[in-house]
Amino acid sequence: MGDVISNNQTAIQTFVLAEADDALIYGQRLTEWSYSAPYLEEDLALSNVALDYLGRANNYYEYASELDPAGRTVDQLAMLRDSREFTNLLIHELPIGDFAFTMARQFILDSFYIEYLDVMQHSTDQQIAAISAKSVKEAQYHVRRSREWILRLGDGTEESHVRLQNALNELWGYTPELFLQSSAETELLASKVSVDRSQLKPAWDKRVDAVLEEASLSRPEVSWQVSGGRDGIHTETHGFLLAEMQHLQRAYPGLKW
Amino acid sequence: MSQENVLPLFEIFVRSKRGLDHKHVGSLHAENHEQALEYARDVYTRRSEGVSIWVVKSSDITASQEEDASSFYDPSDDKPYRHAMHYTLPEQIKNM
Repeated sequence: MGDVISNNQTAIQTFVLAEADDALIYGQRLTEWSYSAPYLEEDLALSNVALDYLGRANNYYEYASELDPAGRTVDQLAMLRDSREFTNLLIHELPIGDFAFTMARQFILDSFYIEYLDVMQHSTDQQIAAISAKSVKEAQYHVRRSREWILRLGDGTEESHVRLQNALNELWGYTPELFLQSSAETELLASKVSVDRSQLKPAWDKRVDAVLEEASLSRPEVSWQVSGGRDGIHTETHGFLLAEMQHLQRAYPGLKW
Repeated sequence: MSQENVLPLFEIFVRSKRGLDHKHVGSLHAENHEQALEYARDVYTRRSEGVSIWVVKSSDITASQEEDASSFYDPSDDKPYRHAMHYTLPEQIKNM
C-alpha cells in the first residue's frame, strides 16, 4: 500500500479534496433548511442529512490534511480557501430553491452516491474505502427518503407536480458533470483507487427513470450542460455560500471550538 | 402551523436493545406509516437509542379514561396476594 500511496500521493490528495469539497458545500447548503423546513419532523430529517454530509466532509478533509504537502489543517482546508480553489461539482453548490428543488437535487445526488460509494468502498486506498463504506449506509437511507418525496410531490397536487418538474428541468444540465472524470481520477484509475464515473451512468439512468415514471414526471431533454467545478470555475452563488460559511474563521483566524 | 391539522399524529415506540420492551417515546406528525417510521428514526434514534421502532396511528389507540379509575384500579388495592412483592429477585436479573 505504501508504494501506491507515495506514487500517487498528489493525485490522491487532489481527488480526496474534491470529494471533501462536494460533501462540505452540499452539507452547508442543506443546513440552510435548519429551523426553516416546512415542519418540525422534516426539519430534523433534513438536518440529519446535512450532518451526514458534513461528517463525510470532515473525514475526507482529515485525510486530505494528512496528505497535504503544505501541511494545512482541516480548518484551513475548509475555511480558508477561496472559491477558485474549491473543486466541488456545481450541482452541490446551487441554492436550495423551494422544497421541490431541494428534494429533486437530493434524489439526483442520492441516486448517484448510492452507486458511486458502493463501488468506492472497494477502492484500493484503505482510507477512501473506509469513508465510502460508512457513507454508503447513509446514502441508502437518504435515497429511501428522497425517492418517497419524489413520488409524493410528483403524484401530489398540480402545484407540487409543476414545481418538481420545473426543478428537474432546472437541474438537468448539472447532472452530466457527475459522470465526468477529473485528471486526478483518470490518473488513479489504473491503481483502482478511483472509479470510472461514466460507467455509473447506466445504473443511475435506470434508477432515476424508474422513479420519474412512477411519479408521472418526464425526464428532461439534455439541451444544455455545464461543468467546471473540478477546475474551480463556479456559479455566481458559490462565493456567497463561502462568505457565510467561512466568516467566523476569517474574522477570528485560528479560532477553535 | 396548518400542517398540524393536515398530517395525522403517530405514537412512536422504540426498543432500546434486544430483549427489552418497546417503550413509548413520544409522537409526531406524518403523512403515512412509512413516513412516520422514517421521521421516528430521525427524531428519536439520532443518538443510537434504538434497535427497533413501532409506529401506531394515535387515532387507533383506545385509552382508559380518568373517570374509570375507581372501578378499574381501586379493587386490586386490597388484594396483596396478587402481587409478587414477597419474592426476592436474584441479583443477576436486571430487567423484570
